[in-house]
Amino acid sequence: MKNVINFLLCGVGGQGTVLASDVLVNVGLAAGLEAKQAEVHGMSQRGGSVISYVRWGREVHAPIIGQGEADILLAFEKLEVLRNIRFLRADGVAVINNQAIVPLTVTTGGQKYPADEEIRAAFAAVTPNVRFVDGERIAEELGNLRVANVVLLGALSALLEREPALEGSALSAETWLKVIEERVPAKYVELNRRAFEEGRRAVE
Amino acid sequence: MALKKMLSGNEAVARGMWEAGVQVASAYPGTPSTEILENFALYPGIYAEWATNEKVAVDVAVGAAYAGKRALAAMKHVGLNVAADSLMYASMTGIEAGLVIVSADDPAMHSSQNEQDNRTYAKFARVPCLEPSDSQEAKDFTIAAFELSERFDTPVLLRLTTRICHSMSAVELGERLELPAQTKPFPRNPAKYVMVPSNAIKRHPVIEERIRLIAEYANESPLNRIEWRERTLGIITSGVSYQYAREVFPNASVLKLGMSWPLPEKLIRTFAAGVERLIILEELDPFIEEGVKLMGIACEGKSIFPLVGEFDPYVVRAAAVRAGLLPASVLEASPAPEVGPLPARPPVLCPGCPHRPTFYVLNKLKVPVNGDIGCYTLGLIPPLSAIHTCGCMGAGIAVAHGAAQAGSPEKHVAVIGDSTFFHTGVPALINVAYNRAPVVTVILDNRITGMTGHQQNPGTGQTLLGKDAPVIELEPLVRACGIQHVRTLSALDVDEIEKTLKEYVKLDEPSVLIVQEPCALLPEARRRWVPLEVLAEKCNGCTLCFRIGCPAILKSEELDEKTQRPKALIDASLCTGCEVCAQICPRDAIPFRPDSLFVEKAR
Repeated sequence: MKNVINFLLCGVGGQGTVLASDVLVNVGLAAGLEAKQAEVHGMSQRGGSVISYVRWGREVHAPIIGQGEADILLAFEKLEVLRNIRFLRADGVAVINNQAIVPLTVTTGGQKYPADEEIRAAFAAVTPNVRFVDGERIAEELGNLRVANVVLLGALSALLEREPALEGSALSAETWLKVIEERVPAKYVELNRRAFEEGRRAVE
Repeated sequence: MALKKMLSGNEAVARGMWEAGVQVASAYPGTPSTEILENFALYPGIYAEWATNEKVAVDVAVGAAYAGKRALAAMKHVGLNVAADSLMYASMTGIEAGLVIVSADDPAMHSSQNEQDNRTYAKFARVPCLEPSDSQEAKDFTIAAFELSERFDTPVLLRLTTRICHSMSAVELGERLELPAQTKPFPRNPAKYVMVPSNAIKRHPVIEERIRLIAEYANESPLNRIEWRERTLGIITSGVSYQYAREVFPNASVLKLGMSWPLPEKLIRTFAAGVERLIILEELDPFIEEGVKLMGIACEGKSIFPLVGEFDPYVVRAAAVRAGLLPASVLEASPAPEVGPLPARPPVLCPGCPHRPTFYVLNKLKVPVNGDIGCYTLGLIPPLSAIHTCGCMGAGIAVAHGAAQAGSPEKHVAVIGDSTFFHTGVPALINVAYNRAPVVTVILDNRITGMTGHQQNPGTGQTLLGKDAPVIELEPLVRACGIQHVRTLSALDVDEIEKTLKEYVKLDEPSVLIVQEPCALLPEARRRWVPLEVLAEKCNGCTLCFRIGCPAILKSEELDEKTQRPKALIDASLCTGCEVCAQICPRDAIPFRPDSLFVEKAR
């Protein structure tokens, strides 16, 4: 594999990006890699834009990455993916939850929420590897909107299996599920397992 | 093999405290430091507390260290401004057992009002400053800080930054150092511990000699190390910047300063002599750079790298390209397409937030509002737009008082949260009462310390260790401060808040309105969540309910036939049923809940 693989997770406070990045960093560790994760707590959690960084590799130094350095952009919300597109490297992979959370600046401030075409057009200049995942719809069908984050992790896990950079690493769906199960209450384990599997199916 | 665990820097400091045998810890919550005490409190056999403010926290830790127990106080960077007085005397007296003060700085101001670089406090107070570069070092340096503290009879500043506090990396866990459980008799040593001038005069040379000895030790300390690689470029760095140095300049020689104050002069001279070009890579102030330049050693630092904000690998790389340290080709993988202006998504008051009605009313009254630090600072965001100043913890009440004394033509309203009121609001309110300004103070009592993620405080009846505590009641406290006009209302009662504030701004005397409701995210509040809905046939798109700035109220795609304006729509997945919109809707288009808090209005 190449030396380091960089993930950038973005979304809106309350969407479960914190759990998702916690899972992701621990999957890296479980796969026998060095792994680091960084996020910001506090004010931004109150419904604001949030991002977290996860890095896996043989040797990882910085906890965060800069512009153009993300191999994988995992976006929980469609406006936020556009806000963070600058992080994605050329030909990187974008996994985008098909969900819009309309900010107050649009509801009451008269600003305009970007259309899907604008998102596709912006990404066309960076990479052909863009996958929209109906995380919100799938979670709703499973009966709990809060598992949309695990649906996305499922989709990510499947896409990573096709990532040549990770060839030879000890990653399997079971690695992911074990890490997820350690982090959710016992009564939600089965639900999260299904969410994960539905996410994998969504990108088949 | 030792057990390796993913820990954040804050969790690692807590682990280090436990392994170092710390017995007493005190802190005031503040991002990015809060989780240090939250995690330390989970270990067995220790004492940990939320103090009312950072100065109190440092004094508590000093008392424990005088009493012979290893102790620590933790705070965010600006908390050390509050505690600066205590840091200065603690440096003068020294201690009986290890004393460590953690300052969690916030470059880029993710959750702060400034990005001051607190390494300067170490120099100012003549105490050593340790700067870990990852979670493993956060643990190791915490332990090292206690050893250093006892070896040199000095408080030690452990300086973290957001990217250390809130980054996770693997840490090897160790065992707890079991220190004697018994507490020795409290020292009677006034020459050392009573800082009257006659004693202080004798202590000052002692601490100057102490910092000189620590500087000598710094040349040998394992906290500082030279990593020789290619000699064309040498980088002196500390803290998280070390990681950027390794990432961006993998072949450069590095002098890594685990102790960034006092500087190891011999080591720096050796390093400088061994490299062709010497640069200093440090976030924020040119702290190391100035020290190196004072030694008469040529180096570059802030002439290359930004003074403002935090670094990331791209920032460092781009600066290095501009300075000719790296070829422009290292930036080629960064397409960064231009996207048009995007709607901002500032943090907002949550749906159901009990602060919302107060700001809705203050906006209507058009009064100047002097705000404070907490979730409620978000009352500044449109459409509420009802905070006009906010500087630091506890400032709002006294700023309002000063403006009033200056003859400001309008009545000033100060707003302050419950925890902030206990922190530094009380002395300011006593000042208002004593010096008589007709300031209206609103205490937004949401029964918790909200912004930092629900910490207990003197008003909640619980301690950090989960023990019951007496509830410090606000209304008697405010009366005891000398305020005669005091009323306590439900924070969700729009009409009563409006009526009272209209009455209070007409008074020529100080007044206090306490508005109380638990934070909408607290378990007891969540249990009451019931989403409301808009009756589309009654809504005429008047937009009044949009003015409360609730994220749960959206514009419907359905237009009113007459006004051609979009009707309101409530997102049931976000609405908590606080009934603020129901109270202000002029057309009764939002029905109250069956168990309404406002039975009268609901009829």
